[in-house]
Amino acid sequence: MANPLYSIPGAPIPASVPAAAASNPRPAGSSSAAADAPAMPQAGSAAAPDSAPRTVAQVLQDSQVESVMDALDADLIGLAPVKARIRDIAALLVIDRLRALHGLAAQAPSLHMCFTGNPGTGKTTVALRMAQILHSLGYVRKGHVVSVTRDDLVGQYIGHTAPKTKEVLKKAMGGVLFIDEAYYLYRPENERDYGQEAIEILLQVMENQRDDLVVILAGYTDRMDTFFQSNPGMSSRIAHHLDFPDYSAGELLEIAQRMLDGTHYRFGEGAREAFDAYLERRITQPHFANARSVRNALDRIRLRQASRLFADRNRELSALDLTTIEPADILASRVFNPS
Amino acid sequence: MMTNPTGRITQGQFSFLPDLTDAEITLQIEYGLKHGYAWSIEYTDDPHPRNTYWEMYGMPMFDLQDAAGVLMELNACRKTFPNHYIRLMAFDSTRGIESIAMSFIVNRPADEPGFRLQRQEVNGRTMRYTIQGYGADRPEGKRYGG
Repeated sequence: MANPLYSIPGAPIPASVPAAAASNPRPAGSSSAAADAPAMPQAGSAAAPDSAPRTVAQVLQDSQVESVMDALDADLIGLAPVKARIRDIAALLVIDRLRALHGLAAQAPSLHMCFTGNPGTGKTTVALRMAQILHSLGYVRKGHVVSVTRDDLVGQYIGHTAPKTKEVLKKAMGGVLFIDEAYYLYRPENERDYGQEAIEILLQVMENQRDDLVVILAGYTDRMDTFFQSNPGMSSRIAHHLDFPDYSAGELLEIAQRMLDGTHYRFGEGAREAFDAYLERRITQPHFANARSVRNALDRIRLRQASRLFADRNRELSALDLTTIEPADILASRVFNPS
Repeated sequence: MMTNPTGRITQGQFSFLPDLTDAEITLQIEYGLKHGYAWSIEYTDDPHPRNTYWEMYGMPMFDLQDAAGVLMELNACRKTFPNHYIRLMAFDSTRGIESIAMSFIVNRPADEPGFRLQRQEVNGRTMRYTIQGYGADRPEGKRYGG
């Protein structure tokens, strides 16, 4: 049945009805127009041929790309390669819109990604944000994230893996499937391991249903390299390999400031410099996990501040007292006197 | 012939309309997902109207956000059972309803022979009627062009 004999409410208006759509005035800079535009580009271009954008600035005006990029720059500190790649994807979206108006083919790029980097560099955080970003750019339809590890994909007995993996994939369609520690899927030393079956199913869906699903793998760099070497099919399906660099001391200080702002704390007199000194020493010590270590350190600092205030029972504590972190809270750390 | 000119069985929603295209099926699935329904796929080759419970193809799909997942299963079912009746059902789990809210046939065999009216005369010339499908004469699996 090529042509339906009836129209379903909510279906895109066919291009043979441009008059009715063009007579409705286009609301200026509305986000609803931008949200509808990726889903129905044909209806939009057929409905308003005279006001079709011809320059990048005009497309940006009508869509949410600018606000997404600004929010990204504001919320994430550092991560230059990640931001650069997201800017490229957003730029491609804008150019694809212009191409579509000229009648040129505009195929959505392959968006599967792999995030590698040391612990605490923001891989999981960015993956969760990526779904939001891709949804506001219009590349994924629903923008939800399904976050899984090996346990959610691999079964415990023969015949268990395929339905389990397919369930997860169906739930993730229209959004992002985030596989954390992806290298655990592949266990070459145990021949009875069902991880390989899960990988096969993933590969098939990643290739055949590229427009329905975005897969993001994440893990530590060296182990992901081994994983890709033994699974060349997986490596070739992933178009974007992003490495998350370690944060510098200045960036970690910024992150600490953001975390404090978010939890209604502030650095007191000299506390910022004390924390800078703390970071300088902590970075050189083993098992440093970037932003996660900063978060742990801030939690310990909060404990020391609480103990300090707890000691004086009769002092009336103002909001300023309760939110300020003194240098003493930071300098009491073991990194300053390793004895 | 006169009672059902097209000869297609008319069970479920949209059964009097021409076959739904995949795009239209997607729209219906999105409607169901928007209302929080769980979609499931069932198939059978016995089209009798009293055959309420068809064979399940996989489990009902809860917690889905997008129609692509359901369509993936539907295409697998079509490939496995090209000559069976396949229907999509939407289960509404809100308290007080907890039953099937939508149900429509998405795949039919190419040739649907229809039903014969079976008449049985019982005591005192009283007639008992029932219908019997022509396809049901053959065993399961061999009814529609195998």
